[in-house]
Amino acid sequence: MEVGQMQRRLVDYTKSLFMEGFLDAQFLQLQQLQDESNPDFVVEVVSLFFDDSEKLLNDLTMALDQPNVDFKKVDAHVHQLKGSSSSIGAQRVKNACIAFRSFCEEQNIDATLRCLQQVKQEYYLVKNKLETMLRLEQQIVAAGGSIPMIELGF
Amino acid sequence: MPAKREITFETELFGSKTFLIYVEPVFSKAGETIGINYMGMDITDQVRKRERMIKIREEIAVQKAKETELNRTIHITEETMRAKQMLATMSHEIRSPLSGVVSMAEILATTKLDREQRQLLNVMLSSGDLVLQLINDILDLSKVESGVMKLEATKFRPREVVKHVLQTAAASLQKILTLEGNVADDVPIEVIGDVLRIRQILTNLISNAIKFTHEGKVGVKLYVVPEPPFAKEGSQHGSDGSTANQTTTNVPKEETCTSTSQTSSDQRGFHGKKHEGSCQNRSQSEPGTPVMNGKIDVTEEQAELPETTVWIRCDVYDTGIGIPENALPTLFKKYMQVSADHARKYGGTGLGLAICKQLVELMGGRLTVSSRVHCGSTFTFILPYKVSLSCDHSDDSDDPDDLSDMDDHGDSDDDATNGFFQFQPRTLGSLFSSNGSSRTQKLLAHNIGHVNSHKINGFSENYCSFPTSNGQAKEMDLVEDACSVAEALEISSEPECSFSHSPDHDSESAICRGRRHHNDVNAENKVSSIDVSTYSETSREVDVKVKISEPQLPAERQGRSDSGSQSTLNTGQEVSNSISKPKILLVEDNKINVLVTQSMMKQLGHTIDVVNNGVQAVRAVQCHSYDLVLMDVCMPVMDGLQATRLIRSFEETGNWDAAAKAGIERPSPSSDSLQPDCTPPKHIPIIAMTANALSESAEECFANGMDSFVSKPVTFQKLKECLEQYLP
Repeated sequence: MEVGQMQRRLVDYTKSLFMEGFLDAQFLQLQQLQDESNPDFVVEVVSLFFDDSEKLLNDLTMALDQPNVDFKKVDAHVHQLKGSSSSIGAQRVKNACIAFRSFCEEQNIDATLRCLQQVKQEYYLVKNKLETMLRLEQQIVAAGGSIPMIELGF
Repeated sequence: MPAKREITFETELFGSKTFLIYVEPVFSKAGETIGINYMGMDITDQVRKRERMIKIREEIAVQKAKETELNRTIHITEETMRAKQMLATMSHEIRSPLSGVVSMAEILATTKLDREQRQLLNVMLSSGDLVLQLINDILDLSKVESGVMKLEATKFRPREVVKHVLQTAAASLQKILTLEGNVADDVPIEVIGDVLRIRQILTNLISNAIKFTHEGKVGVKLYVVPEPPFAKEGSQHGSDGSTANQTTTNVPKEETCTSTSQTSSDQRGFHGKKHEGSCQNRSQSEPGTPVMNGKIDVTEEQAELPETTVWIRCDVYDTGIGIPENALPTLFKKYMQVSADHARKYGGTGLGLAICKQLVELMGGRLTVSSRVHCGSTFTFILPYKVSLSCDHSDDSDDPDDLSDMDDHGDSDDDATNGFFQFQPRTLGSLFSSNGSSRTQKLLAHNIGHVNSHKINGFSENYCSFPTSNGQAKEMDLVEDACSVAEALEISSEPECSFSHSPDHDSESAICRGRRHHNDVNAENKVSSIDVSTYSETSREVDVKVKISEPQLPAERQGRSDSGSQSTLNTGQEVSNSISKPKILLVEDNKINVLVTQSMMKQLGHTIDVVNNGVQAVRAVQCHSYDLVLMDVCMPVMDGLQATRLIRSFEETGNWDAAAKAGIERPSPSSDSLQPDCTPPKHIPIIAMTANALSESAEECFANGMDSFVSKPVTFQKLKECLEQYLP
């Protein structure tokens, strides 16, 4: 596939991620931070986010699996996840975390389990989407093209 | 025998007075009656009270009866509402994890799979889709019933809708059937209605037709009819309503139409469906009035009218197994299928027709059916549509004055006026290779259909087949629009970059994104911006302008390409490398936030120290002198509020006693650069970074000694403003 086509695909794909709410404006901030002095910034942050989130999700799963759930601990984990997802612009994950926290406050086991499922789901979705997008970028660059910058005005 | 009697007198002075007279005989010792004893008592008041008591008791009884009735009604209503709510909630609850399963399956589909795995996955996806469809159906139905459903009013082209629905049906057709569509010439090119619902209805009827037809054909016929008798307006406007189309040739046609359609509608109504009662006119933003206005205005045809109403009838006919007469009355009832055998053999949930009927009636129309067993069936729905007159003129192909309106239609003229489509069996099958999920097939179908229609200008049809989830619809919608945008687009790669320092001039690594400039520095500084407005038909009215811009090369960058010349930023950076570089402390425990904030600060030209909790923050302040502290509020070990309090107490008292009390050892005097007895410690600006939780309210930040706050997520702009304000 030639570069122009790949670039168009990337543009479409990226736009769709914003349209569907997977990413919000904060992600644009990240993209703007990437430059010659920091050429892999987005990949770095996103990878860090993946590692951090998977650990948090594991901790959350374990914490909610206990016979006596320590909701404070659960809330602390979710707070972390909310913070990091918010910082990279993973909007749906962040929103799922917000809902999660309110149920933690209520100490509602069933609801929090459901929320965990929801958060996991959103996380895997956005992970897949981001990986796809970054892969597309890599392909374009490997083919000698450059990544088009997109401005989205909401 | 003693006797009692109440006697009432009317007195002049005292009104009505009642006396109780009691008379009893007196007996002698021997038993003979020798006389009577009599007594009189004034019981007027008692009588009055007695009567009042009776009245009150009656009233109470009536009240009680009313109350019981009301309670019963409330109870029933509550139960009903609760049941409906529960159904909707359950469906929602079910839908979430179900879409999770489907999404995960979709992700799986993008990974490497062997043939067997892929086949299994396809089954998963199609099953999941079916269930999702079902749930959407249920939700739709409960929405329509509870009156929550809102109808949209958008412009769309009936011919396109018919064509696409047929195309989609043809794409997944497994049997040998001919699909045909016929749109009469008098049907306007563009009408206004809720295209999503109409497509839903059409798709449902067509898929039903296909399901129950094993040979022959399934088709759609669309034509204008005069206002049907069941419409609310009086019959005087009946014939006028049909002349909403301005073409003169229509008039004779409609006359004949009147007679035929009325008789045929009578025939169609043979199973007992009556077109009676007032129909709800399609609710738009202002309910009730629009159609009325249209009707009244129609009598003054020659005047400039913004909108009129046209009634279009749609027949979905097939040569299928037909419907027996006794099954017709219950056909549109929920969960009913023609028979148990039918349900078993043909599957389906029996919700489709009920939904269709509800929707059609909600829009102000009627849905009827006529059928002959073993011959076929025809489902007919009549709906009113508004027509915007300015578009209508495209019908007048011989009117040169209106050509200016036709700029948009120029390319798609063939499509717009073409009213006849036929999809023979097997011809389309070859165009779709059976790969992967049905999604790609649907996408292909749409792409083929869009070869010659340009949808950029003012056209808002949503190209998704029913039913897909809203998320999907948006995706495809955007992809379509973007494709057409991209055709006209020149994407180049020199975006604005106003803040970058330039360390290495030569290392233009291939991985760098978007900041490349071309070899010729005088690159064409084209600014190509395309506005794409996507009209979303869901309640999420997102209006997106997409600009892909390529601004001017800043002068600095030109300097960069000739190796080695200093840019202003460069010099700026050199200056900042000297002693007066401000010292900034970031206190944040989240690794990602640290990374992001650090990078932002780097772009602003600052390097920062990072610590991860309040204790480390205090220690850092004890050891070094900082010009600015960015303090996260929620942290383990010690939070930002307490750390700030301790730092402030040092500034006020000159000593670290409070910190020591909190458990932080005092640093050794030699490393303490600030002499406690000499100059008072400098007030360090401390900026809170809050996640906007209630516990991190602005007042609390200020109360604990913070100077200002920045809400997370931290953006470049926020940091920049902060630095400008608090750094000298």
